[in-house]
Amino acid sequence: MSIEVELKHVEKHYGTFYASRDVSFAAEKGRLIGLLGPSGSGKTTILRMIAGLEQPDSGDICIGGRRVNELPPGQRGIGFVFQNYALFRHSTVRDNVGFGLEVQGVPRARIKEKVDELLELVGLQDFAQRYPMQLSGGQRQRVAFARALAPEPELLLLDEPFAAIDAKVRKELRGWLRRAIHQLGITSLFVTHDQEEAVEVADDIIIVHQGHIEQAGTPVEIYQQPHTPFVAKFIGESVHVADYTIFKGFPAPEQEADQSHEAILRPEFLELGADRSEMRLPLGSEKGIVRGVYFRGDSAEVDVEVKGVLLKCRRSLEKRPLHEGDEAYVFIHRICSFAGGRAVVRENAAKQPNSVII
Amino acid sequence: MIMGDRYGAPGRKGWLLIFVAALFLFVMLVLPLVLVASEALGRGWQTYVRALTDPFAVKALYLTLEATISAVVLNTLFGLASAWLLTKYDFRGKTLLAALIDLPFAISPVVAGLFFVTLFGRIGPLYPFLQAHHIAVLFAVPGIILATIFVTFPFITRELMPVMEQQGRSEEEAAATFGATGWQIFRRVTWPNIRWALLYGVILCTARAMGEFGAVSVVSGHIRGKTTTLPLHIEMLYNEYDFTAAFAVASVLVLMAIVILVLRNIVEWRAKGGLDHVD
Repeated sequence: MSIEVELKHVEKHYGTFYASRDVSFAAEKGRLIGLLGPSGSGKTTILRMIAGLEQPDSGDICIGGRRVNELPPGQRGIGFVFQNYALFRHSTVRDNVGFGLEVQGVPRARIKEKVDELLELVGLQDFAQRYPMQLSGGQRQRVAFARALAPEPELLLLDEPFAAIDAKVRKELRGWLRRAIHQLGITSLFVTHDQEEAVEVADDIIIVHQGHIEQAGTPVEIYQQPHTPFVAKFIGESVHVADYTIFKGFPAPEQEADQSHEAILRPEFLELGADRSEMRLPLGSEKGIVRGVYFRGDSAEVDVEVKGVLLKCRRSLEKRPLHEGDEAYVFIHRICSFAGGRAVVRENAAKQPNSVII
Repeated sequence: MIMGDRYGAPGRKGWLLIFVAALFLFVMLVLPLVLVASEALGRGWQTYVRALTDPFAVKALYLTLEATISAVVLNTLFGLASAWLLTKYDFRGKTLLAALIDLPFAISPVVAGLFFVTLFGRIGPLYPFLQAHHIAVLFAVPGIILATIFVTFPFITRELMPVMEQQGRSEEEAAATFGATGWQIFRRVTWPNIRWALLYGVILCTARAMGEFGAVSVVSGHIRGKTTTLPLHIEMLYNEYDFTAAFAVASVLVLMAIVILVLRNIVEWRAKGGLDHVD
């Protein structure tokens, strides 16, 4: 696979505030990449630097193999979908979508053809004569998408594409956008602060924190093999544990540089049972008390106190319901420890075939 | 809810407030207008027409129009440029520049006039140069135009800035990502967004320029038929106890003001109507 967009040691600061610190990553052609991070982490700045709307202080930005640092946005072969879409409010949908071709001096007949084609792609054929303010949020987003695609860019950049849409439509649009982008085969980068969105839409996720890239990888890798404490805490519903060696199956490592036994536990690391018979490895399980049960629609969230730590578990609604004050068993499959400043996933010793615990 | 028991239907207190407001408006605004008209026409139509067709009055009208048009044209260009700069770019000293633009609002027009006297007058640093090249600024038309520009220049910038601020930069940025040139961005994106605000600013600027007295009075020198604008001409007639003529000429200014008010309301209404597909 060839590399479509690459950033090398990009730095950007505003006064004393570092918006980007040594940002380097490469994205393969045809991939859909999510830049994920908390607000203010500098993900939008990265996107805007790729587009040429901001200038990096140092470092190289390459699109399609050429360095584009000195090129204005219009010559970089990019399409940009703005957070609030930035549709031209005094132009019709048709004129909005055709704008990119119009400024390139494409003949009118060709523009009409292309705009019709794109409006069909986004399902807005009947809205060509409307003005942006006469459209719903989801429709506006699709117009912005069609407008960005009209000049056939090599790279599509989307800044928080779903932020301004209500929850229900957002779900539909995510699936739609993912399919549309894959169908067109255009390399795309989108910015989001919503991890669920990143995991659902992106082929690869790049986690940004304080202007720095913490980790890049597929959603599965990010979830299962977080590299840094930040990623481990940021992704999923994490519970922080000061000392994980108090739990069964997690002895302190033999050689260790520091004495920290900090770790995080996520619901998906835990197996919850109402009694021993529900557990696959009852001996390796911890006994605890249910402290809270919350209905989550598709499952129940059960908070279980084990050895003074409140663990967040999930329980299927098909299973016998648990109530506050009940006894429950928790098997900890794995933890994510922070020894030495790196996040390391450790499996429960009871799961090893030659385990002495069983 | 001071107005009464239900919102929208004024109660007794409400009517009282409305009455006070109406009375105030009548005494302060309507009555003077009526008096101007009655004084102007007090000695019949013929006197009125004679006062208006007086060559000095006609000259003053032309000079007022000349100064107003120059000020409006130049301030439109300046206002567009400065509002664009102040809302679409970030730079050092931006707040200072924004504050400087408001300066004419803050200082008295008479003081503004004195600025020009000290700059271009005998004591001013530019005097030897102007003298050598036979350029007359003070007590001549250029001085009047300069003073009018100075006094009216914040109007258009201040009308445009909130609109441009609120609309942000993203539409222009979007146009830039398509490779649109600066002119294309202005014509296709910025202009449709600001045209009503600009027109509104132009109207306010026109109204202010026509009525300007203080600064112009200082730099004009009151040379009848040469450097008197309508407000100055009225003052001179008034000082000569020619009240009928003074009020007759004043009625022209009043009429122009009313036309501008009507225009202003049409623009305001159009601006809202024109944005129907926006709101």
